[in-house]
Amino acid sequence: MSELLKYPGESSNDDLPPEGKAAAHSRRTFLFKLSVMLNVVVGSVLGVPLVGYLLGPARKKSSDVGSWVSLGSTSGFPVGETRLVDFQSPVSSLGDGETAKVAAWVRRISAQQFQVFAVNCAHLGCPVRWFAQSKLFMCPCHGGAYYEDGARASGPPERGLFEYRYKVDGDSLVIHAGDMPTLATQASCGKKPLIQIEPAAADETRTTPWQA
Amino acid sequence: MASLKQRGVSVVLKGYEWLEHRLGLIKPIATAAGHPTPSNNASWWYVFGSAASVLLVLQVVTGILLALVYSPSANEAWGSLQLLNHNVALGWYLRALHGWGSDFMIAIVLIHMVQVFLFGSFKFPRELTWIIGVVLLLLTLGMAFTGQVMRFDQDAYWGLGIGASIMSRIPFIGAPLVHLMLGSPIIGGATLSRFFTLHVFVIPGMLLAGVGLHIWMTLLHGVSEWPMPGRIVSKATYEREYHEMTEKTGIPFVPDAAWKDAVFAASILFAVMACAFFFGPFGPGGPPDPTIIQTAPKPDFAFLWIYAVLAFLPPSIETPVMLVVPVLAIAGMLLLPLIMGEGERHWARRPVAVLMVSVIAVSLGIFTHLGTYTPWSPIMNAWTSDAIPAKYLQGRSPLERQGALVLQNKQCRNCHVLDGAGGQRGPSLDAVASLLTEDQIIRQLLQGGGNMPAYGNALNPSETKALMQFLMTLRGNDLAPAVDASRSLVHADQQSAPVAPAPPAASAPDGKTP
Repeated sequence: MSELLKYPGESSNDDLPPEGKAAAHSRRTFLFKLSVMLNVVVGSVLGVPLVGYLLGPARKKSSDVGSWVSLGSTSGFPVGETRLVDFQSPVSSLGDGETAKVAAWVRRISAQQFQVFAVNCAHLGCPVRWFAQSKLFMCPCHGGAYYEDGARASGPPERGLFEYRYKVDGDSLVIHAGDMPTLATQASCGKKPLIQIEPAAADETRTTPWQA
Repeated sequence: MASLKQRGVSVVLKGYEWLEHRLGLIKPIATAAGHPTPSNNASWWYVFGSAASVLLVLQVVTGILLALVYSPSANEAWGSLQLLNHNVALGWYLRALHGWGSDFMIAIVLIHMVQVFLFGSFKFPRELTWIIGVVLLLLTLGMAFTGQVMRFDQDAYWGLGIGASIMSRIPFIGAPLVHLMLGSPIIGGATLSRFFTLHVFVIPGMLLAGVGLHIWMTLLHGVSEWPMPGRIVSKATYEREYHEMTEKTGIPFVPDAAWKDAVFAASILFAVMACAFFFGPFGPGGPPDPTIIQTAPKPDFAFLWIYAVLAFLPPSIETPVMLVVPVLAIAGMLLLPLIMGEGERHWARRPVAVLMVSVIAVSLGIFTHLGTYTPWSPIMNAWTSDAIPAKYLQGRSPLERQGALVLQNKQCRNCHVLDGAGGQRGPSLDAVASLLTEDQIIRQLLQGGGNMPAYGNALNPSETKALMQFLMTLRGNDLAPAVDASRSLVHADQQSAPVAPAPPAASAPDGKTP
């Protein structure tokens, strides 16, 4: 080997074992460490926006979500009755298909007094059904039951039905809808002020979901 | 001819050498496949791991084929499954293979795990193999749950709602987690897309990598030998003993031991094909339209036991149990080999292990069975579909018959059985009058209690009276009517007095008490 010509980059400590060579090549070792550092920096700069993209939906506050939706004329809800309505979710997006529809129970207590319940059981979110004769909402999943005012009657739910905020706007019943109600998303929705997008009538005429 | 044959052989040999010189993988793989293994583990009990791997390959292949047609969009997913079922040639069969393959894979993975646990094979030096195996089990269950979402029918939709509701119970970060899981404020296109990503890219990638590690470690440490009572695993001696045993009794894994794996894997594949052919694909059920609320959502078979447990937990401890128990259970499984890394392997010397497997298996079996018929759920149409048995109307007064009508109209049957028909949420009413007195029945009707809602607002006084009169006639096979024990004391006191009124016990059966 010794009679072979050395090429210019080759150093003089060829006899050392590889580890010894690495130790001797303090400049190359330093450069390697520097390159690792460089990649850590580049990796973090690359990673932060990726994680930000991934966590995007989680950073959206519940209180920012949703807007007012009209459920139609109040004359569609006789006093003393509880009726099922459905509406297009104001927070749906392109490609949601049928899942963009939302169902709710509307109870009209008096001319101006309503209660609008989410169909989602407060236990695990299954759709509750109204039984006018026994004045109960019953859940098909685990047997949760609620009274006509949404209060818990029996079964595993730890609270009453989730309620939408409503207002009577002229002749139409308008509710504030956003998040699918769960114990966490509904609770924060009720307490914090919600951004109100007016007028509600504009939502009703909207047919293209991507304008939400 | 001979020279021709020799030339042919030498051409093949040359080709092989050319390839192997460049690839360098064939020889190491052949050596690994033929590695010696103790002859006592060439057993039918050692075939489940390889069968699970074969099922994974089946799932990957059928999954890729289904993805050729499936459309992971909330708009179209359900329709594309209908297309697969009815319009694409053999689409139904591919869906059935994938669905049944998933059920078989969960079953085989569980059996594999129980076998490894009972044989003590998770002990030194195979602790990490077990830990990766636990992760593989969780990933397999993750595939099952995300796969159920892919079906994107009613059950998938409300199943996602159940998942989100469980997430929402996590303190402080519940709401962000729900949003992260759903990808949007509601269950919709974004939700299906992220579950598709999990089901098709993320989890399979982790699963394949994990299986690779799992098999690599099995090769590195060898397949555990058949356990013997009294043969103790000790970190100091185990590996030397295992190698001695392998040298003394070893047989090449391929072909001497592997033929059983191959036969079992083939029979499992055949069973999947038979189930797929005869029972067909799973669903899809009704369309994922949240305004169709006439539905009783239910998870797939593997998760029925969770569904059942969630019905029985009392509200006060439900959230803590839901959040803490899974963490403890998974931590327990992961830490098991680190805590129990040495000692006896044979099940005969590990009674606690055998007891644990028995109790867990029986519990899972019972809860799954309960999940198949959900006795805790009201039967929503029982009040209109299950008539009052005619024998309960014979010889009844008009008021009592009116009470029977009230019982039907107020949906009592949704939760209460009469003569075997009706919901099982509440107790059967066939002999209610032999268990409750008139006063107790009225109190129960109006105020509820013991998981029964109060009907005070839903029953007017005359309805209550009629209903109570009818219920008082329900005494099973002429059992004695219930009596209030305190009444008889009062009665005894009064009898000792000179003037006694009519005995109340006599008035109770005909329900004539004012």
